[in-house]
Amino acid sequence: MDHNHKSLISIQDFTKDEILHVLEVAKEFEKDRVQKILEGKVIACIFFEPSTRTRLSFETAVNRLGAKVIGFSDATNTSVSKGETLKDTIKMVSNYVDMIIMRHPLEGSSRYASEVASVPVVNAGDGANQHPSQTLLDLYSIMQTQGHLDHLKINMVGDLKYGRTTHSLLQAMSHFSPEFIFTAPDELKMPVEYKDFLGNSGIPYHETSSLEEHLDDCDILYMTRVQQERFTDPMEYEKVKDVYRLTASMLQNVKPNMKILHPLPRVSEIDQDVDETPYAYYFKQAENGLYVRMAIIAYLLGYR
Amino acid sequence: MTHNSKELIVSALENGTVLDHIPAENVYKALDILDLKGLESQITIGINLNSKLYGKKGIIKIADKFFRDEELNKLALIAPDATVNIIRGFKVVEKKKLQMPSVVEGIAKCMNPKCITNHQPVRTRFTTIKCGNEILLHCHYCEKNSDIRGLF
Repeated sequence: MDHNHKSLISIQDFTKDEILHVLEVAKEFEKDRVQKILEGKVIACIFFEPSTRTRLSFETAVNRLGAKVIGFSDATNTSVSKGETLKDTIKMVSNYVDMIIMRHPLEGSSRYASEVASVPVVNAGDGANQHPSQTLLDLYSIMQTQGHLDHLKINMVGDLKYGRTTHSLLQAMSHFSPEFIFTAPDELKMPVEYKDFLGNSGIPYHETSSLEEHLDDCDILYMTRVQQERFTDPMEYEKVKDVYRLTASMLQNVKPNMKILHPLPRVSEIDQDVDETPYAYYFKQAENGLYVRMAIIAYLLGYR
Repeated sequence: MTHNSKELIVSALENGTVLDHIPAENVYKALDILDLKGLESQITIGINLNSKLYGKKGIIKIADKFFRDEELNKLALIAPDATVNIIRGFKVVEKKKLQMPSVVEGIAKCMNPKCITNHQPVRTRFTTIKCGNEILLHCHYCEKNSDIRGLF
């Protein structure tokens, strides 16, 4: 595979073969969690907006691979607060490091950074746009729980309008002949551009507002939080914030292989009594993020 | 000197380019897209001219100026049915139809207020997508689709 300064900005930057390759490499890192193959490398984790889970997971991945981390987790104490452009910040950081992992509140910022950087850039979230390492860890979790990715029925629940994880997962799964259920209230339905994308790709989907309707016939139940920060109208948020609540008693007749995924953090959409059922996979899913991020870094730097 | 009314509306061009059948309301946008404001050539602009086909149309005549196809094709975004007449020695030597460009750079603004191109000095870049009768612009940066009407 061509490693000539490749970045990961959007899940669509990876071909099906690259996705499968990264998932295989992640398996290897899950078996052997410390592999200091990047000794002597320096990787920048530059986070222009707060993030705990993603930043710690990426920094742990860098450390486990033997590289050093530099960076910031908040742009207020940097020259960005003096009015430096993103271009200048990226050019400057590029001079010091072998890779840049960045999160930024503006959409498209990571794509732009990858065009001005002289090293690979990994998008750790650009506003509501893309978060491809999340998508790859979702795929990894699906593969690990089902044994494969092909011909699965995936029920996406909650905020399908603003939730970037569902949009990217839908695009990535399109390589593997899935069937989708979109469970959402009218206000948070899957945007038409994604439904058009599925229509053009010949991938079947069904929309419902009832959580109960397709609990028993799906292989993956992908729950999402209704994210307050994505709403401009607080009234709209109030109407839909508690629309779904999954409890253990609703899982009596689900398929034995069914697993519940959630990008976390959860609020009220999954009751704590679900955590003890054999279907809950979301904490292990978050752990998988570490192996997948190790695999992404190793692959982009040409070490796997 | 006396002129009939037709001559007053459309004076003849010796050499240059005539852009015809521009929707009347988009003539000013066409001037922007072709970046004609700094040009020293003589430019004749007609707006709200009667058109059998379109009702009201606009026309732009630019003396001694010939455009590359990729410059002209940008006009297809706002005037898909416009025709281009190349004039030499008072004669139409070539008539062209516009082709919708697959990539549009630097002329439209992204409609997404959270797009990086609306906050930093980044040149915009879109790919055009045909969606039924409508043309959508897909932002290379924020990956959102915008309706052409809102972009200029």
